[in-house]
Amino acid sequence: MIDVILFYVFAAFTLVSALVVAGQRNPTYSAFSLIVTFCSLSAIYGLLGSPFIAALQVIVYAGAIMVLFLFVLMLLNVKEESEAPRKALAGAGGVLVLLFVVQVASALLKADVFHAPPGYEASTVGMAQLLFSSRFLYVFEATSILILSALVGAVVLAKKDL
Amino acid sequence: MTAIPLQHALILSLLLFGIGVLGVFLRRNVITVFMCIELMLNAVNLAFVTFSRALGAFDGQILVFFVMTVAAAEAAVGLAIVIAMQRHRDSLDLDSFNLLKW
Repeated sequence: MIDVILFYVFAAFTLVSALVVAGQRNPTYSAFSLIVTFCSLSAIYGLLGSPFIAALQVIVYAGAIMVLFLFVLMLLNVKEESEAPRKALAGAGGVLVLLFVVQVASALLKADVFHAPPGYEASTVGMAQLLFSSRFLYVFEATSILILSALVGAVVLAKKDL
Repeated sequence: MTAIPLQHALILSLLLFGIGVLGVFLRRNVITVFMCIELMLNAVNLAFVTFSRALGAFDGQILVFFVMTVAAAEAAVGLAIVIAMQRHRDSLDLDSFNLLKW
């Protein structure tokens, strides 16, 4: 029972802080609000039975990625947006998003297929066994090449005389 | 075990994705638009975790692991591009970048 209540509390935190991210004119406030979103999402992952992903969310997203964002924001001394959003674009986008959300949400509420199976046990060991099994091992190794190329790319792009 | 209604987790993911798209339409600052894209990636991750729970298998969580790796790489490269943009145009407003438009 307590986990259901916690789920809704953290869901409310997530939605409110996500709205602040999208609605805030000052990018620094957006960034701090995004940290709240990531941390409450991490709590939701934990409640849904993914403790490893919950830890990774805090370490990678709220830690590494947001530090990178805030570092760039402070480095570039970003100011508040001075102009209002373009009305036509915002209106068109709003209508599209509304249609999308209403349609998918109505389909989800009608579908009665998502029942958590009773035998599930949250296990980091089980996940690691699958990750390092022959099914995913090569993909896992390939991500190291991806990260290496991103590292080189970031260094080249941020150089002074591009 | 948990009795969290998984549909509601999926609807939360849907709403997060919608807020992210809306932010991309509304905002003019490159960095805020980038943060809204991160928001959409997180919405997808939440859907993966929920499906992993609904199926009782770990495959969804492994996909989230890879999405996070890609997001980290993307953030590093994207922010390097933002720094290069600021250097060339002295502005972070998306309207001032139109080199590829005609």
